Parts: sequence; C-alpha cells; structure tokens
Amino acid sequence: MDIDLITNILFAAIRTGTPLLIVALGELVCEKSGVLNLGQEGMMLMGAVVGFIATHHLGSSMAGFTAAMLAGMAMSLLFGFIVITLNANQCATGLALTIFGLGLSSFVGLGYIGIALEGVAPMAMPLLSDIPLLGTILFSHDPLVYVSWFLAAAVAWFFANSRAGLIVKAVGESPESAQALGLPVIKVRYMAVMFGGAMAGLAGGYLSLVYTPLWADNMSAGRGWIALALVVFASWRVGRAMLGAYLFGLMSIMHLILQGMGVSISANLLATLPYVVTVVVLVLLSKNQATAKLFAPMSLGKPFHGGR
Amino acid sequence: MKLKLETRGQDSTLIAYLSPAIAAALTLICGSLLFMTLGVDPLQALYTFFIMPVNNLDGLTELGVKATPILLCATGLAVCFRANVWNIGAEGQLLMGALIGSWCALELLDAEGIWVLPLVLLAGAAAGAAWAALPALLKTRFHTNEILTTIMFNYIALNILLYAIHGPLKDPAGFNFPESALFSDWQLLPILVDGTRLHLGAAFALLAVVATWTFLAKTFIGFQISVLGRDARSAHYAGFQQHKLTWLALLLCGGLAGLAGVSEVTGPIGQLVPQVSPGYGYAAIIVAFLGRLHPVGILFASLLMALLYMGGEMVQIEMGLPLALTGLFQGMLLFFLLASDVLITHRVRVTRRAPAGSLEPILMSPTQEHLLPDTQPSSAISQEQN
Repeated sequence: MDIDLITNILFAAIRTGTPLLIVALGELVCEKSGVLNLGQEGMMLMGAVVGFIATHHLGSSMAGFTAAMLAGMAMSLLFGFIVITLNANQCATGLALTIFGLGLSSFVGLGYIGIALEGVAPMAMPLLSDIPLLGTILFSHDPLVYVSWFLAAAVAWFFANSRAGLIVKAVGESPESAQALGLPVIKVRYMAVMFGGAMAGLAGGYLSLVYTPLWADNMSAGRGWIALALVVFASWRVGRAMLGAYLFGLMSIMHLILQGMGVSISANLLATLPYVVTVVVLVLLSKNQATAKLFAPMSLGKPFHGGR
Repeated sequence: MKLKLETRGQDSTLIAYLSPAIAAALTLICGSLLFMTLGVDPLQALYTFFIMPVNNLDGLTELGVKATPILLCATGLAVCFRANVWNIGAEGQLLMGALIGSWCALELLDAEGIWVLPLVLLAGAAAGAAWAALPALLKTRFHTNEILTTIMFNYIALNILLYAIHGPLKDPAGFNFPESALFSDWQLLPILVDGTRLHLGAAFALLAVVATWTFLAKTFIGFQISVLGRDARSAHYAGFQQHKLTWLALLLCGGLAGLAGVSEVTGPIGQLVPQVSPGYGYAAIIVAFLGRLHPVGILFASLLMALLYMGGEMVQIEMGLPLALTGLFQGMLLFFLLASDVLITHRVRVTRRAPAGSLEPILMSPTQEHLLPDTQPSSAISQEQN
C-alpha cells in the first residue's frame, strides 16, 4: 500500500466518522442527564431532510444547517415532552421517534428526491494544511469537521470544568438528590435532550448537505443506532467517542477500500462490516459487567417522578 | 387555571383498554388536518384510506394477507416485551426466515410431494429462531444490550439477503434481475379462499395467537415471563431462571418472525425478492404495544396496521397522495399511544393557580415532598415496568 492511499483512507475515515461523532456527542450529553433517547435515527433523518430543503430554497448551507438543528430540536422536544413531562417509557418512546421520523422525513422530502446540491467546499486550514501527510488527513476537510472537533472539545470541557456540567452529571446520577439540592431536574433534562436533538439534526444535515449532497429516504442507514452503540463504547467519555467514531468511519468505508485493492468479496457482505464491528465491540465492552456499570449514568433510562 | 398531572392511587384498567382507541382517534384527527393541509377533502381521503381498501371480499382477504406477517411478528414480540426483553429484531428474523426458507425451496425445486412445503416452512422458522438466538446468547452470556444488537442484526440480515439475491440465489434464467426462480406448486402455501391471495399463513397466525395466549395465561412458564417483566428482582428471588426465560422469549419470537418471512415468500410473493418486507418487523413493535402485549389485542391491532398499509397504497392510487403517509400514521399512532398511556397511572387535575403569597409553594418544597401522599413509590415502579 502506498502512502497516498493510506492518506486518502484516513482522510475518508474522518469524513465518514464525523456525523457519527456529532450524534454521539449529543447523545452523550443527553445520557449524562439520565435520559436515553433511542430516536437518534428519526432526528437525524428530519435534520437531513429539513436541512436539504432549506438549503435548496434559501441557497445557503448555513441556513440549511440551522434549519437541520432546529428540526432535530423540535423532534427532541416531542420526545422530551413524552418522557420527561409525561414520564413514558424511554425505550418505547425513542423507538416511536425513530419510526415517526422515518415516516415524516420521507413524507416531507417527497418532492426533493433526485435533486443534487452543490455541497460544501472543503476549507483547508491555512498553514496547518501544508504539513505533509497530517495536513491532508486532518486539515483539509469541510468546515463541519472542524466544528465537530470544537464541539467535542466544548463538551469535554463542559463536563470536566464547568458548574453546569456538574449539574447535568448530578441529575443523571441521582435526580432525587439533585432535586433535594434544589437543582431544576426537569429543566436540565429538557435542555440535555434538546442539545441531543440539535446535534442529531446537525449530523443529519451533514449527511444531506456535505457527505452526499442529496436527499434519499432513510439515508442515515443506521448511523443513529451505531452512534448509540458508540456512546456505550466510549463509556460516556468524549475522547473515546472521537476515537470510536473514526474507527467506525474506517469500518464503514472498508468495502470501498477492499474493492479498490481488488479483493473480490460481495459489496453487500462488506456493507455488514460496521454493524458486525458494532456488535463485537458491544460484546467486548459489556462482557465485564462491573466496569460497564461503573461508567453508565446511574439513572439512565429511568423515569423521574419527583417533579410532582 | 393550570393543568396538573397527579399519580393515581391505583392504575386505571379502563384507560389501559381505552388508550389505544384514544390514540387511534387522535391519529385520525391529525390525519384529517394533514389531509386538509395537502388540499384534499379530509372525509373523502379518510374514506379512501380506511374504508375503500376493505369494502369488498378482495379487500378483506387482502387485509388478512397483509396482517399475517405483522400478527406473527407482533405475537412473538409481545412475549419478548412481557419478559422485558427489548427485541427490536423481528425484521431481521423475518428476513432470515424468508432467505433460508427460499434457499431450502430452491434446493428442492424439482422435488415433488406433500412433505416439501412443511420442510421449507420449518427451515424458515428455524432460521428466524437461530437469528434470534444470537442476541439471546450475547445477552445471557455477555450481558450485551439486546436493543442495539437486534438492530444491528436487522441491518446485517438485510445485507445478507441482498447479497444472496444478487449472488447465489439469483435466478440463472432471470435476465440478471435480482430475483430468485419462481417456486414450484409444491412449495406454495395453499389458498384459503378461491380467487384471492389469502393463504394458509393466516391460519398459522391465528393459531399462533391462540397458542401464545394459552401459553401466557395458562402455563407456569408464561406466568414466570410476566413476573420477570414486571420485576426482575422478584423473579430472581422466586428462583425463576431468568436466562432460560430470555432464551425462550427470543427463540419463540424468532421462530414466529421466521415463519412470517417464509410465509411471505411461499405465499403472496412466490419467490425471493429484495423487498420481502416493507418494515413489517418494525410495524409489529407498534402493534405489540397497541395490542397491550395481549395476543387478542394484537390481533385487532395487526388488522389496523394492515389497513394502514393498504390505505396508504389506496390513497396513492386513487388520489395521488404519497405512500409515505403510512409511515407517518404509524409513527403518530405509537406516539399518541405512549402519551395517552400516561393516563393509566396519572390523572389530569385542573387547579387554580395559587394566589401570590399563599402557603402552597412552601408546602410543595422539594424537601417535604416525600410527605405528600400522592407520590407513592409503588406506582413509580409499576410505570417503570410498563
């Protein structure tokens, strides 16, 4: 394998891992507050379709990304209302959000199938992109890749250094104690869920505006679910989420690489690779229950009844 | 004036039965609004969606054809959900049943005899069960979250099916279309009503409903499953073998979903095609909840879901409305159901906003809230489990 190929592969892995990273960051914050939102796929699809429509009509991808985030947030508010205010089962509601998002996005996006957008041009970082190899791999991406790094750093800082981050963690570990301390549990959870929605929407927008600048039904193809697994993989830590996202990114493009190298395995079989890897990783991580439980927020997935 | 939710002392059985009807009514209302925004007469659209598909014998039998796979999957899922096993993988199990069943049928393409069809059906059901055995193994052996693994196995199954249909199972004489050869008459499910597509699979589905109802309501293992789902710790103390029950629930569901898949390819389709299922396995999740995890409730819910599929096609043909309406209606239905389920454990009370300076805020301070009679931990637990 020559050096150019490796550079290209790593470049593509980062590009493919970016939407996973963005969704995983949102879900990480959401889960830290104790809410498990299985509706990532639905929110991503809504973000993708709304972002696409906004960009198509307004002509600006900035507007597209904003619209995508708003769409994701609107979906997450719906979810939040049902699980936080009405205290419904989080698993079932998350599934409902996915099914609803799938239906609604394909309904909304009906007239937009087959239209192509310009996409977002890559933005090479001045100076940094001139570094040999690393410059190409890391610093000649589209702007959203840099945004995702900024978001990752911000979320990491938020939990490590800020008082608000501490509050979110407290709410996720024990909402009862948090409320006894006078912390606004319901409000914190709503905000965490909405942040998750905004991130999922943004990631959806990345898919339909940057990654493949067009709209197709169900175009997220399970990325929302992989991102959920990624959060478990990362044991709720930002650094590992980043590493995991790029690893999964690499797995998702493996079929292209292998075909490029002349390996003759069916493309369909190779397309199972990211899903197989997800299962294997989940098994390896959950094998040891003691450590797996240690990192998960204590109240994850449990409804909180203290508010009334 | 302020609306406030408060916990009921006891769960309301009435609402538990009414809530699917409330959800259906709300979906209809939202659907009408949606039709109005699309600029069509909502009454005519609703008529086309819900009545026209079933106002003749053809339509009614077709409803049975569509409901069959959904009913089979949802019955299995109900057992899983009752055991608190979150199997989202009915779709993958269905596809695997269709794939392996088709493979078996294609191997026996020249065979003649009454034994061929049962063998094919058995192969499909076994394949579905085997596909469900994987997450069962991972859950009981490695404590892996079954929601994520079953979803992943759905995607894997779909890709394996696509591989097979583009590769080894493709009809050599099929002009390179991604389709298998047509099955022989010995491999097709007998038709129940002449001149329609209603096939023996519908009878299997009804049989599955009766058998599952008996199993859940009348056997000790069925009881154990219910206890496990309501309170895993009680089941543990009672000495019920949790792993065995998890295995049982998943294998049963996989077998039924596999049977649904193989019944589709040997029933209405007659060959293996890439689009075996328009999301029956996912729709079955909605059906299981809508039917209150009760086999009889599921029977009615699956008919409703089948009607949603047929109605979506009907409004597309008759009024040029998008087929995506089906998915939208499915999502709305489940959302409204989950939201109205809150009324099982809570009731709405209209309270007047307390005048400024009243004592109420002090009484409601968080530190004293545990003194209030309406925050009973018992109801908190019961809602967690449902």
